[in-house]
Amino acid sequence: MSYRGMVADMVSFKGHNGDTGEAYYARPSGKGPFPGVVLIHHMPGWDDWSLEATRKLAHHGFAAISPNLYFRHGAGTPDDQAAKSRATGGAVDAEVVGDVKGAMEFLRAQPESNGKIGVMGFCSGGRHTFLVACRLDGVDAAVNCWGGNVVVDDPTQLSPQRPVAPIDLTEGLKAPLLGLFGNDDKNPSPEHVNKLEEKLKSLGKAYEFHRYDGAGHGFFASERPNYRVEQANDGWQKVYAFYRKHLG
Amino acid sequence: MCSYITEKTAIYGSAKGADGWSSVTSAQVYFDHPYHAALDHALSIDFMTSDATRKIAVEMSADSARALVASILAALESGEHAHA
Repeated sequence: MSYRGMVADMVSFKGHNGDTGEAYYARPSGKGPFPGVVLIHHMPGWDDWSLEATRKLAHHGFAAISPNLYFRHGAGTPDDQAAKSRATGGAVDAEVVGDVKGAMEFLRAQPESNGKIGVMGFCSGGRHTFLVACRLDGVDAAVNCWGGNVVVDDPTQLSPQRPVAPIDLTEGLKAPLLGLFGNDDKNPSPEHVNKLEEKLKSLGKAYEFHRYDGAGHGFFASERPNYRVEQANDGWQKVYAFYRKHLG
Repeated sequence: MCSYITEKTAIYGSAKGADGWSSVTSAQVYFDHPYHAALDHALSIDFMTSDATRKIAVEMSADSARALVASILAALESGEHAHA
């Protein structure tokens, strides 16, 4: 079922430390109730594709919000804010967790919410999704799309901004997890995905992984050469089915 | 993948953006997903002002970047020779 009418607009939300951030909120027209999804953008920033994906979720019946994780970097376009973030070492895990928590609270406060919340992210946002699902209560379903650096091979890559390898937080995962990965990806490589799957299995966590041949990193990105239409179409269907199952 | 690996270098010079010329004091260089170029990964350079505001951004293919490096070195060599 698709929802052709939708409402999409800029909103503000209270993020980490009570900071006021900006976000893009898209939901189907009507009273709902609709399940909510927080969509986490990748490292290059709060780009057009992230907003398109937010509308895509709305089209499929979800009230979706995409917070700009770089809002603290002042005025400027999203790519300028991303450059500033990079100059200071990149997104800070604690801030991302707090900002996603704030975006979740925004969704739950909306009159059209059914009270269920999913989180979804791509690339670094996939890593953030896993991190958030391990750190926060109230996540009802998490979708990690090719999140790199969930497994950290080289501990020197840990930093004040990202002090912990998310895989080491797996015990805290309470939500069912959907993982989508390309078998030609280098980070996460199939070996990284194996390690994460072993960890999830050993701790008895609910998860569902789909690994795609003929796909590398970021194969949903329809404006990039890595786009793989069949794998992307199948992946989106997996996302909708997973969220319908767990979010109602 | 999204990489936080960034090479930074201090520079002395100026750059012209949409709001005219200003001094730039550093460049950050990385090979990662671009924001605009239709590439999976791009060699990106941000020329930054002293307050860490980006003045100029470029994203290019790896081959383009290597060709640019060669051109810069060639221009320096011939130019310094001509002005010696």
